[in-house]
Formats: sequence, structure tokens, C-alpha cells
Amino acid sequence: MKKLHLLVSAALVVVATSAVAQSKFEKDHAASFNAKGIAGMDRLDRDDTQKFCSDPVALGGKGDAKKREAIEKANMATIKLPSDGKYFGDWKEGEKIAQSGRGATWTDKADTVIGGGCYNCHQINKKEISHGNIGPSLWNYGKIRGNSVDVVQYTWGKIYNAKAYNACSNMPRIGHFKLLNEDQMRHVMALLLDPESPVNK
Amino acid sequence: MKTIMKSALLVSLSAMAGLALAQSATDDIAKYREMIADGNPSELYEAAGEDIWQKPMGPKNATLQKCDLGKGPGVVKGAAAELPRYFKDTNKVQDLESRIITCMEKLQGYDPKEIISAGFEKGKRKDVEAVVAYVVTHSKGMKINVPNKHPKEKEMFAMGEKAFYFQGGPMDFSCASCHGEDGKRIRLQDLPNITTQKGAALGFGYWPAYRVSSGNFWTMQRRLNDCYRQQRFPEPIYISDVTIALSVYMGVKANGGEMNTPGLKR
Repeated sequence: MKKLHLLVSAALVVVATSAVAQSKFEKDHAASFNAKGIAGMDRLDRDDTQKFCSDPVALGGKGDAKKREAIEKANMATIKLPSDGKYFGDWKEGEKIAQSGRGATWTDKADTVIGGGCYNCHQINKKEISHGNIGPSLWNYGKIRGNSVDVVQYTWGKIYNAKAYNACSNMPRIGHFKLLNEDQMRHVMALLLDPESPVNK
Repeated sequence: MKTIMKSALLVSLSAMAGLALAQSATDDIAKYREMIADGNPSELYEAAGEDIWQKPMGPKNATLQKCDLGKGPGVVKGAAAELPRYFKDTNKVQDLESRIITCMEKLQGYDPKEIISAGFEKGKRKDVEAVVAYVVTHSKGMKINVPNKHPKEKEMFAMGEKAFYFQGGPMDFSCASCHGEDGKRIRLQDLPNITTQKGAALGFGYWPAYRVSSGNFWTMQRRLNDCYRQQRFPEPIYISDVTIALSVYMGVKANGGEMNTPGLKR
């Protein structure tokens, strides 16, 4: 009897959590998808940032200011500075990473190298004219800003988790979601900040 | 001679589409559109679709000629400009593709599950795609007029709007990440702002389309499927609620715009 009681309570807990976890829309929405290849159904489980920014008002920069601040703070807390204190790699490698928009789709493999996808949205080296404009131009990024500790750490942080600075930025959280590893991020840092990088010529 | 020129253009355009640095791709495609304005390769699909529409087929050996796409049995003209819409017989809001499948099931005896699980251009799905090409051609030049009156249509519009803004996946993308502002591009590809009437009409009014870079005809379902792939989401099920809801959202937003289907796309 006691056992049955426990079972019933457990069942109730499960029902209660799933009711909180998923709205009707979320259920109907999820029912319209199937996992395929590396793109599992867990990709529809949104974290607080994604939930907040799924509201067009919040996406437009308005809405609950306190919530926005809390989300930025939580994202800021995820940022890990480079383990060995080294921020810069090879800008030439960084250029390759910036060019590639590949990876993480259901037609990719688990070992497909994910690109930075930077040129999809940003102008970077002016020589590359096939660039998007969803993000700001990064031409002369280091030349304009210099490479003080603040600039270097901000840039690392922005690449690592853009939502720390703007809750609903369109930019993916590249370090946080491990789209690039530390070494790859160092190469992109060099592309933006190395005085030898064509970006700063 | 004209045919040879067209083939040459197609070959050179396909080659161009493969280049990473297609610097004036948008201009070139615009020129290409002008040059073949009297002969979109979609015509081949359209002709096949017309045959399929008229030919007795399936377990019931019947044609699709009594298929009701919303404007009465057999009426093809203008039907695509008013879809998706609510259908009483299925008690569902249906887009063109799901409605054609209903007709294939009811009139001809095909199993819709097989069509849903087949891939694009595979099995009976291929026939659906051809019929789509045939039907949308007969709305060319007409005003987009997607209804949003029936409670189920309103429900689907609301779902479409939520789906449009739904952020997820490892890159935090939603439809709005690319299609929520004016004047934006990915690389050199212009992105219509689907939250506006003008932008929605640029999307809704030009798909389904012949897609030059892949050399085949893409239905709206296929267009949305590839958007979700690039969003890094799991795969939307063919003719699932989300896909139809997004079509309702886009179509209603686009109302008053012009149908230019089948379009011709990069």
C-alpha cells in the first residue's frame, strides 16, 4: 500500500513537472518535428534566454528590463577566459574559420567541423565582398579599438557568449554551445585584433 | 536555338552557383530571370502535373479532376492564391500539398502515410510536387488572398506567428533571426522581412519555385524544410501543423501582394 502510494505520488510529480515544462504551443510545435541525424529533439528544449527572446517584444529590445538584466548576467557567468591566458592564435586560420558556415545541421555528421559562420553576417576582411549584414562590420576591428586588456576580454566574451552583452543578440553563443573550441576562438581573435591581420590594415 | 541558349544559361548558372565568391549573383539572377521570362524550367514540372491531374490512377483508378482545392471540385484557377485555408470535410486548415494528398487519398485511394514518409522527389511525393507546379501556375498574376476568418485559421495564424519567433537549437536561431528586419542579407543573399506585408509577399508570392542552384523544383514545404535545416532544428514533418501554420502566417501577412508562382530562385 505504501509502495502504491509512492508510485502515485511519483506519477503526480511527473505530470506536474511536464505541465510546467511544456505549454500547449510547445507540445504542438514539438509534435511537428522528428529527430534527424545529429539534430535531436532536445534542440527544441529552450533555455531561459531562448524562451525570453522567442517573444517578439523582447527580441525588439523592449519588455521586461529586469528579466533582460538577469539573462545577461546569467550568460556573463558562463564565459570562461582562455585556460592558459593566451587569447591569440593565427589570423590565417581565423580567416578560414570565419569563412565556413558549415556544421550542426541534420545533413552534417557529428564530426563535421563547425565553422564560425562569421561572414554570413559580418563584413570582416574587406577583400571578401560576399558578406552578410545582420551583424555590424568588423573591418578595422582592432585598428579602431586597440588591444587593451578590456578590449581583448570583451571580444573574447562576445565571441564566447554574445548574450552576456545583449540578451537577444542575433549572434550565436559560440563558446557556450561549443560551436568553436578555445583554439579556434583564439584564431578568430587574431583575425580581429592582430595588427598583422588584413582586417587591421 | 532558343532551347540551346536556355540550356547554356542553365549550365553556366549552375556553375556560378557553386562559386563561393559569386559577387553579383543577385544581379546575374535578375538578368537570367529576364532572359527566360517566357520559359521558367518549372514548365516541365507543370506539364507533368497537368498529366497527373487528368490521368486515372491509384487503387481506385480515378483522376484528380474532382479535387476540391477550396474553390469547388476541379477548380484550379486561383486556388493557390487562397491557400492554406480551412476545409470542412477534413476539419483542418490545409496547405496546397496537404490538400492534394487528401484528394489522392479520397479520390484515388493512395495512403497518405506513405507520401508523408517519402522524401522530397521520392515515390508518390514526386507526383504531389508536379501537381503543385501545375496548380500554382494557375494563380500567377493573382492577388494573394489567404483567409483568416474561421477559428481554426486564426488558431493556425497564431501558431505560425509563435513558430516564426521560436528560438532554439545550438545557434539560437528562429525564422526571425534572418527574416525579421528590412535590408538584411546572409552573404549576398537578400532576406525578405516576413513580418511586413511587402516582405511576406516576396516570400509567399515567389515560392514554390524552380531553384537554379539545385536544379529542381521546390514546393513551399521543401523551402520551409531547408530553412529549418539551416536553423539547426530537427526536421519538420512533411505537412505537419507547424509547416502549415507558417504558411498561414506568411500568406495572411502577404495578402494583397501578387502571386508570381512558380518563381525562379538562386
